[in-house]
Amino acid sequence: MINYIYLTTLLPLLGFVINGLFGRKIKNERIVGIIGSATVGLSFLVVLGAFIQTLGLPVEERSNTVNLFTWLSVGGLHIQFAYLVDQLSLTMSLIVTGVGFLIHVYSIGYMHGDKGIWRFFAYLNLFIFAMMNLVLGDNFVVLFLGWEGVGLCSYLLIGFWYDRKFEKGTTSQAAKKAFVVNRIGDFGFLLGMFLIYMTFDSLNFKEVFARAQAFPVAESTFGLIALFLFIGATGKSAQIPLFVWLPDAMAGPTPVSALIHAATMVTAGVYMVSRTSILFASAPAIMTVVAVVGALTALMAATIGLVQNDIKKVLAYSTVSQLGYMFLAAGVGAFSASIFHVMTHAFFKALLFLGAGSVIHGMHDEQNIQKYGGLKKYMPKTYATFFIAALAISGVPGLAGFFSKDEILWNAYSNGGFVFWLIGAVTALMTAFYMFRLVSLTFYGHERFDHHHVHPHESPSVMTVPLMILAFLSVVGGYIGLPKVFAGEHGNLFENWLEPIYAPAQEKLAMYSSSTHLEEILLMSISVALALYGIYFALHVYRKNPKIADNFANRFKSMYNLLLNKYFVDEVYEAAVVQPIQKGSEKVLWKFTDAKLIDGTVNGAATIVDKISGVIRKVQTGVAQSYALIMVAGIALVLLWLILSL
Amino acid sequence: MSSIPMEYYLILSAFMFTVGVAGVLIRRNAIVVFMCIELMLNSANLTLVTFSSYLGNSIGQVFVFFVMTVAAAEAAVGLAIIIAIFRNKKSVNIDEINIFKW
Repeated sequence: MINYIYLTTLLPLLGFVINGLFGRKIKNERIVGIIGSATVGLSFLVVLGAFIQTLGLPVEERSNTVNLFTWLSVGGLHIQFAYLVDQLSLTMSLIVTGVGFLIHVYSIGYMHGDKGIWRFFAYLNLFIFAMMNLVLGDNFVVLFLGWEGVGLCSYLLIGFWYDRKFEKGTTSQAAKKAFVVNRIGDFGFLLGMFLIYMTFDSLNFKEVFARAQAFPVAESTFGLIALFLFIGATGKSAQIPLFVWLPDAMAGPTPVSALIHAATMVTAGVYMVSRTSILFASAPAIMTVVAVVGALTALMAATIGLVQNDIKKVLAYSTVSQLGYMFLAAGVGAFSASIFHVMTHAFFKALLFLGAGSVIHGMHDEQNIQKYGGLKKYMPKTYATFFIAALAISGVPGLAGFFSKDEILWNAYSNGGFVFWLIGAVTALMTAFYMFRLVSLTFYGHERFDHHHVHPHESPSVMTVPLMILAFLSVVGGYIGLPKVFAGEHGNLFENWLEPIYAPAQEKLAMYSSSTHLEEILLMSISVALALYGIYFALHVYRKNPKIADNFANRFKSMYNLLLNKYFVDEVYEAAVVQPIQKGSEKVLWKFTDAKLIDGTVNGAATIVDKISGVIRKVQTGVAQSYALIMVAGIALVLLWLILSL
Repeated sequence: MSSIPMEYYLILSAFMFTVGVAGVLIRRNAIVVFMCIELMLNSANLTLVTFSSYLGNSIGQVFVFFVMTVAAAEAAVGLAIIIAIFRNKKSVNIDEINIFKW
């Protein structure tokens, strides 16, 4: 199946073309949905086949390149359109097509009755196409193709309901914000690519990585490359300072938030850092930057998540926070732990979003959790799956989130330092708290909605079955990555599987851990205790004594407002970046440069010609005889000149 | 024929041409201006014939036929234009016909 890997991009592209061109004509929305889902489902089967085939190969033959055609050939630059099928890309592909397929199926129910459903599925398929190019590309250019493609799809899908209001603006403004902020990151990524080509004379992964080990390159060059690539990653994966677009991206339909803004696209940055691990490992200073940014993002987003009232906003900040975890892991050199968390996070966060979508669906598009309450009895399946996902993300032992989070925290401690661990553990506490605040306010307590207008109901099985599958994965998904302390030195299947990808980087980092099993178990117990306490506290406050929360909010009013307003980051960016650019563009570029300088030059030239012609045109009297006179005089002069020069 | 020197013809021709040029430049009546143009054409014809005869080459005489043909055609068109202008302006005074400007 490895040789047929191109089908995984071709099929979604086909689905995009069919639904995009003829979707409007297909009156039956079920057929549109089935076309959209089936193409992704078939892709998943192809990836699965390739995965099984790769598993059967010896370790050193597991990295295969599938060459499709020569894309660009200019001078010394030769870009093959080729896919790299190895452990890392297969892992990502399984997540993208697998979770993607479930979300497609779910969308059939969620988008039921929307007149633009064909457009929706066309965009979703285009997204899968781009995302698969991103993870499968065998060089930076194909990766960049996918990188930009997913950005485009993200833009299209955030603004899918382009005529709807969103917060203070419209959904198209949110889409625009996401696109523009991403462009800033993309610019960094592009610079990184240029620098890679200048340094290593190639953009092919294998060549670049081999040369990165062989060439005598200065550490500062590696530092610049890694920094630029990381700027690209902060844009796509919503890290400080470019995270501001992700919460606004919730303007899109909920399946989009689940697929693009939780499970797949936002992890592209993590994937890219992980793919170029050797470049990062060669720049230790930037590794520290990655870890610090990741840790700070995790903490900051979690604190904001504590007080948000929009169900999707809470999940959005939770996503930012979890992405921070992944970068923290990558920054301390635990690349496989970060990809592990990408996978488990894809399961439970997609589940959370889809569950939230199910709630929103049942509550007639109400998203404010203060207007929910007591939904448990109306939506038992949604409640059960949502509850499992909340347990998983909180890091309750036995569920997927526990294993990946624990691995990150352990690596943060043993390779990064105590501070990183502490930030991670505090974030875990807050994660548990805000997740169960969400669960309590949504499913427990008084029914705070208007019974006359809102009739909560469970979603159809086309929506709940994907929820159950994801819930199952959220439970068992972690057991392929058991911690070494339990399973022995080679018991972590996930790490063993990815190990060859990171071997060069690990060798470079030369990590050795002097920590003991005792320490690991101790730290694990502390983080589990914190998570459980967070859950208990949230349930205690929001289920039993809602007044406590209000008291807290009143007592720490300034703090509460700071968090509620997301640290005023948007306002600061507005004042520090958007306004100066807008004002500068208006005052300098438009009113002065354009209106005065450029228009002035053009109009001035015309005015000068006009003035001169005004004088010269007097010569044209309109009297034929004066013309004749001048002509004769001219001839006479020519004759005179001829005679004299003879 | 050979008794009359070539210069006489050329001087006559130059005189006629000068009269024609002067007429075109200074007369106001379009008909007169028109006649002066014919005068210039014919002076050129005379020069052509003269040289043709003296050099024993018939090309000059052939040219004269072309010039006469063109002059006839031009006379037809020119007179037609003058009539058209007269119908519009009730005048053939060239000073009043100054529409050849921007």
